[in-house]
Amino acid sequence: MVIVARNLLHAVLFLILSFVGIAGLYVTLSADFVAVTQVLIYAGAIAVLMIFAVMLTPLSSRDNAGNYLQAPALALSGLVVAVFTFVILETDWREAGRGPFEGTASAIGEALTSPFVLPFEIAAVLLTAAMIGAIVLVRED
Amino acid sequence: MVEPLLAARVELEHVLIVGVILFAIGLYVALAKRNAVAVLMGIELMLNAVNLTLIAFARFIQSPRPLDGHVFAIFVITVAAAEAAVALALAVAIYRYRETIDVDRINLLRW
Repeated sequence: MVIVARNLLHAVLFLILSFVGIAGLYVTLSADFVAVTQVLIYAGAIAVLMIFAVMLTPLSSRDNAGNYLQAPALALSGLVVAVFTFVILETDWREAGRGPFEGTASAIGEALTSPFVLPFEIAAVLLTAAMIGAIVLVRED
Repeated sequence: MVEPLLAARVELEHVLIVGVILFAIGLYVALAKRNAVAVLMGIELMLNAVNLTLIAFARFIQSPRPLDGHVFAIFVITVAAAEAAVALALAVAIYRYRETIDVDRINLLRW
């Protein structure tokens, strides 16, 4: 739907729909915290950013058209699907029995504070840098 | 018997194939669209596919630390948010200079 929508804004709305659908898949995979994070950040923040970016560029083309790379990109995507589907179906995954559903939020919090402290802090610095960078990039002067 | 119900259960392969299809759609969108915002949408779709794969493996594969996949997915979401903010700011900044965000016409660095 993101591909075929004629209007770029409609494509953004379909993108939000697919984000929410992926959040539903996370719920079925018993990842409640990640599902909530997905809805908040993707369907909330990133979608709003996308719509802002589309609205702030009114003179650009709105038709969601493709460029000259359409056929090679289609071939490459088809190749990716074929190869990965073959690999997935041929590999013998060591699947574990699925346990009962349990809340993951507290365990994720503990994991973020004890074994993953360094990546956590780096992510905080990265977010700050990205925020400052975005403000500097679009500043009027 | 509940045999048909059990046979229709979602297994690891199904989730992985959904992730692959999502990744391929994102790859196509990122490569073949003309608007820079659409290219970003393709990149977000690819990151989502990878996240879905991580969560699926965290759910189905035996591991001593079963929540590491979730933590990794959260880091991916964080980096994706930062990347989206910076890239959309870039798109707006380029639009201010060139009045277009058509990636075919932003060819300042062409040799």
